[in-house]
Amino acid sequence: MRTCLIVDDSKVIRKVARRILETLEFAVEEAEDGRDALQRIELRMPDVILLDWNMPVMSGMEFLRNLRQSPHSVQPKVVFCTTENDIGHIRAALEAGADEYVMKPFDRETLESKLQIVGVG
Amino acid sequence: MQVSDASSRILAALLESRTGQQLTTSRRWRLETALKPLMHARGLDSLDRLIIAIASGGDPLLAEEVVEALLNNETFFYRDRSVFDVLLSGALPRLQRAREGTKKLSIWCAGCSSGQEVYSLAMSFAETKSRWQGWQIDILGTDVSKSAVERARQGLYSQFEVQRGLPVLQMMRWFEQEGSQQWRISSQIREAVSFQVHSLVNQSPPRLSFDVILCRNVLLYFPPATGKAVLDKLAAVTAPGGCLMLGAGETVIGQSDAFVSDPENRGLYIRNCAERAPALLHGSF
Repeated sequence: MRTCLIVDDSKVIRKVARRILETLEFAVEEAEDGRDALQRIELRMPDVILLDWNMPVMSGMEFLRNLRQSPHSVQPKVVFCTTENDIGHIRAALEAGADEYVMKPFDRETLESKLQIVGVG
Repeated sequence: MQVSDASSRILAALLESRTGQQLTTSRRWRLETALKPLMHARGLDSLDRLIIAIASGGDPLLAEEVVEALLNNETFFYRDRSVFDVLLSGALPRLQRAREGTKKLSIWCAGCSSGQEVYSLAMSFAETKSRWQGWQIDILGTDVSKSAVERARQGLYSQFEVQRGLPVLQMMRWFEQEGSQQWRISSQIREAVSFQVHSLVNQSPPRLSFDVILCRNVLLYFPPATGKAVLDKLAAVTAPGGCLMLGAGETVIGQSDAFVSDPENRGLYIRNCAERAPALLHGSF
């Protein structure tokens, strides 16, 4: 079964995303911020990470830079999922190693298609 | 708002007479949501009043606006990506070899809604420009909905729409952000396609011949006899060696002998050479 880690400080977003991902037959784990996510991937590296940008403790961007600089031989796909919707943010995310970008709000079709695009759908 | 059986039957009859589409019982739940903005704008507080207003003929545009509101314009970029990939990587290269003599390719997106399918194709051609050097690629999108065709021509999409099915790199390459919430397709892509209002049911096809026809998630709204008649029309204008692409839940099986499954490209259909095009037999063109 494919695995996804949702990293978002909003309980509502995590719940919505989990519901969609589970209908797409993903095993889902959740983290509340970047630091929480870094700890979780040490235990189990998911196939894909759904990553919010603005979070307390550690932002999505900081988490992504840590992840891409880490020595893990297998790197997960990262889909940014954020309210930041301008070209500057999108470009910065891609340059930092994001594979795809979702602007909130999103629906099932958007998420499903983005997961297909990065090769885990 | 209560939707009585009588009201929904009248509206269903209006939709079918104008577009050939059925408002099946299972779709009638949409009536309230679909018509609410229109009724609010006209100060009509019930469907019965709306129907009386249409019947009185005092507002000739009202019936047309009701039909527009009832049409389902759901679509997104690269919908059913796996079949789209088959079209791009299997059928089009085959057609390119077959049309090497003329270097012309004609594509019809029948029921194109707000244009995402048409632009998906145009972007794919633009990204493989060197392969199609010297070719004349004609991509036509048609839809029965005037407002959908107008939106398609504008090529302006909300943030929500632009990312449905579209890889972010393609969005960055072919769209420009307008304000904070809208994205417009580049003029290069917009100028590579054309759109027109067209009814699959009430009109002849817009051209005499197409190499590829995409008619996706359209037939499912027609009653079987209408669906079959539309497939016959599509067959009549599918060029030899051309292909038809339907929606994920649609098939020609049991509906038409004019097309058969393409053995080399799963999900696509080709003209059945053993069958003569029905519309040609009837001399429709």
